[in-house]
Amino acid sequence: MQQLLAPKNFYLWSGRWLRPVAWATGLCTLTGLYWGLVVAPPDYQQGDSYRIMFVHVPSAWMSLFVYAVMAGAGAVALVWRIKVAEVVASASAPIGAAFTALALMTGSLWGKPMWGTWWVWDARLTSELLLLFLYLGYMALEQAIEDRRTATRAAAVLALVGAVDLPIIHYSVEWWHTLHQAPTVTRFGAPAIHGSMLAPLLVMALAFFGYYVSLLLVRARCELLERERTNPWVGEVCRGIP
Amino acid sequence: MERGLVHACAWIVKRDLLLLWRHRAEAANPVLFFFVIALIFPLSLGPEPQMLQSVGPGVIWIAALLATLLSLEAVFRSDLEDGSLEQLLLSPHPLTLLVMAKILSHWLTAGLPLLLLAPILGLQFGIAGYTLGVLLLTLILGTPALSLMGAIGVALTAGLRAAGILATLLLLPLYVPILIFATGATAAANRGLAWGPQLYMLGALLMLAITLAPLAAAAALRIRNS
Repeated sequence: MQQLLAPKNFYLWSGRWLRPVAWATGLCTLTGLYWGLVVAPPDYQQGDSYRIMFVHVPSAWMSLFVYAVMAGAGAVALVWRIKVAEVVASASAPIGAAFTALALMTGSLWGKPMWGTWWVWDARLTSELLLLFLYLGYMALEQAIEDRRTATRAAAVLALVGAVDLPIIHYSVEWWHTLHQAPTVTRFGAPAIHGSMLAPLLVMALAFFGYYVSLLLVRARCELLERERTNPWVGEVCRGIP
Repeated sequence: MERGLVHACAWIVKRDLLLLWRHRAEAANPVLFFFVIALIFPLSLGPEPQMLQSVGPGVIWIAALLATLLSLEAVFRSDLEDGSLEQLLLSPHPLTLLVMAKILSHWLTAGLPLLLLAPILGLQFGIAGYTLGVLLLTLILGTPALSLMGAIGVALTAGLRAAGILATLLLLPLYVPILIFATGATAAANRGLAWGPQLYMLGALLMLAITLAPLAAAAALRIRNS
């Protein structure tokens, strides 16, 4: 484990794993999409519209998971100053922001036919939107500071503050919503989900996870090469001497 | 040593207050800003007393939030420019507590004036008596929390280009719980409902901010100046 945390070892190790992970991701995506869009039965109330769930739900899950990874890697980077952790935190942010935006957009596309509106100030929607702004703030801060390492460490402080505040934001928003009005729209997921829909959902979740890992590895490897460019190992690797 | 620490903190507060006193006109800006922001709401929403009374607490809170963000920018800027921030970092005393003193002086100069002026704005929005009292309670608990969490944002962005807008972008999502509980308590009081729970939550947020925010702000200052 300790070996793996050296930038060079991480670079070589991730290079070996990148292809298998990417292939597995592609396979899961194709299987999940076919299963979810063709094989799974239509919903008795929502017809075929519910199928957007196979993209929406995994991206919402990943939006939170990536934030947790980002904050966790940031904490490791702050405490032990491990370069790989810095790179992982920094590379995760845009991916997480993209998942969050995707969750919001697909939710909005689903909301129009189902709820009759693109947006409601529902607790979950609002806290997801605030999560997007936490990601964007993280990225803005990282961009604004010239020195890359300082930027990542400063952004890590922000990510940790956000990680403490995120549950509070979520519950306060939930309270705010219930204070104002009762939900006027039935939310999907009130009945327990049937196995024929759950299985493709889980495959899609796996596909999204794999997509995150592959993208993270690609971004982290590039970032690592750039940050370590003065180190001899980068020259060796780039000249093809492993 | 202990006495030295108290002395250092008192010195920071005294120095900040003195600096502010020598720039009195500048110090009044956030307060004027607070008034102007609250003023544009009736002008843009319409002067119906009923409506103004229901949006009033929210408007006053938004104005307080924006005024705090505006005044926060100055917390570390002049110290960074004249080098006294480096002296703070080099001091043998814990930086967390020194940052706490900086936050205290910010609240005294930016939070307290808002608190004193809020009743006047409240009366202009038709908020009076009981509801006004609850609004003031939320401001007493909420504005120190704004200063505390704001210190993290300005510590992270001090000295950057467009630091003000960046700090605002970082801080606004984090401020959401404070805003929700504060306006929730006032709205509940306005309708004659129980407002205790929201106020307790606000107090809990303040306690959390007192314990964690100076630590995070001190860490941010150290990172930015390493």
